[in-house]
Amino acid sequence: MKALNRREVVASLLERRDGLLVVAGLGAPAWDCAAAGDHPLTFPLWGAMGSACPIGLGLALAQPKRRVLVVTGDGEMLMGLGSLATIGAQRPGNLAVVVLDNERYGETGMQKTHTAYGTDLAAVARACGFATARIIRRNAEVSGVRSGIYRGKGPLFFQVKVKADALPLVLPPRDGAHLKHRFREALLGAQ
Amino acid sequence: MPRKTSKTHSADAIDWPAAIHTALKSQRVRQVSYVPDAGHKRLIELCHADRSMIAVPLTTEEEGVALAAGAWLGGERAALLMQSSGVGNCANALTLAATCGFPLLMLVTMRGETGERNPWQVPMGQATPEALRLAGVRTLRLERAEEASAVTNTAAKVAFEEQGAVALLISQQLIGVKSFEEKR
Repeated sequence: MKALNRREVVASLLERRDGLLVVAGLGAPAWDCAAAGDHPLTFPLWGAMGSACPIGLGLALAQPKRRVLVVTGDGEMLMGLGSLATIGAQRPGNLAVVVLDNERYGETGMQKTHTAYGTDLAAVARACGFATARIIRRNAEVSGVRSGIYRGKGPLFFQVKVKADALPLVLPPRDGAHLKHRFREALLGAQ
Repeated sequence: MPRKTSKTHSADAIDWPAAIHTALKSQRVRQVSYVPDAGHKRLIELCHADRSMIAVPLTTEEEGVALAAGAWLGGERAALLMQSSGVGNCANALTLAATCGFPLLMLVTMRGETGERNPWQVPMGQATPEALRLAGVRTLRLERAEEASAVTNTAAKVAFEEQGAVALLISQQLIGVKSFEEKR
């Protein structure tokens, strides 16, 4: 099976991003978002594994008129699997989760994750009450993911099967206080 | 008739959960996430009933640390309710408060203190203040019902004005001890 190129997928989701608010899970998804262009309304994580989805939920509840996208990896998602149930209980219409699933822990030596052993994350999200939850395997489907993120009724979940490549590092800023301040300033204005 | 708690409540006892709720409201806390505890039962109900708040049940307490960070990114204030056994679950997520300086207001009902009848609650309960300190979270104590409003306001100011991480530890003596007697 042909898996997708993660950088191309993220670039096409984030081009002309308008007012989209983005939370990027630690590791490769954060590098992918940085490669698509560092942006003050992207909050990339360098730690707190498992936190990407609940951060996205808090943001989506606080900003119901904005679209919120969590871009994370399969390993990070697996650590916070319960947060899918927490999102399912709130059902924020403006939240989308994209899991870039390479079936590997890419930052620690490409060990297989549970998705390599058959865990179906989209089925978990569906069972938790997500309005849409799909596995994406083909490039032709990416435009549908994009329209879901920007216009679809959430919560939406897309498990995008990507190649297990080790790509060149493109790092976002790592000063957490800076990332927080610039995000709030871009969203809320000077405090 | 079995007693629900070892404490006796006089008719004019102060409704401290309501005092906490009022203080959270006056501090403009909107997102209140929780893993339930019997000691938080009334406060959780008050938050669910309050249309100016969003009550968010969690599957594990660390989600609430992250939820509060997301709320702050979006311009809202959050509070996180849990019992002391949940503090250990938060350890790595507290990185968000320590490295990014996200405000964090935790309200922790204590187990494993005076009169605890479940020995499995004791290790985490006893370690709670020190575990929070190691993770960079300040602790305040609520021992007496009449202090609930003032101490909650103080904790909220530490969180939202000083942008610090703070846990208000609510004494087991105030909450009462779970009896493990048969319910009727």
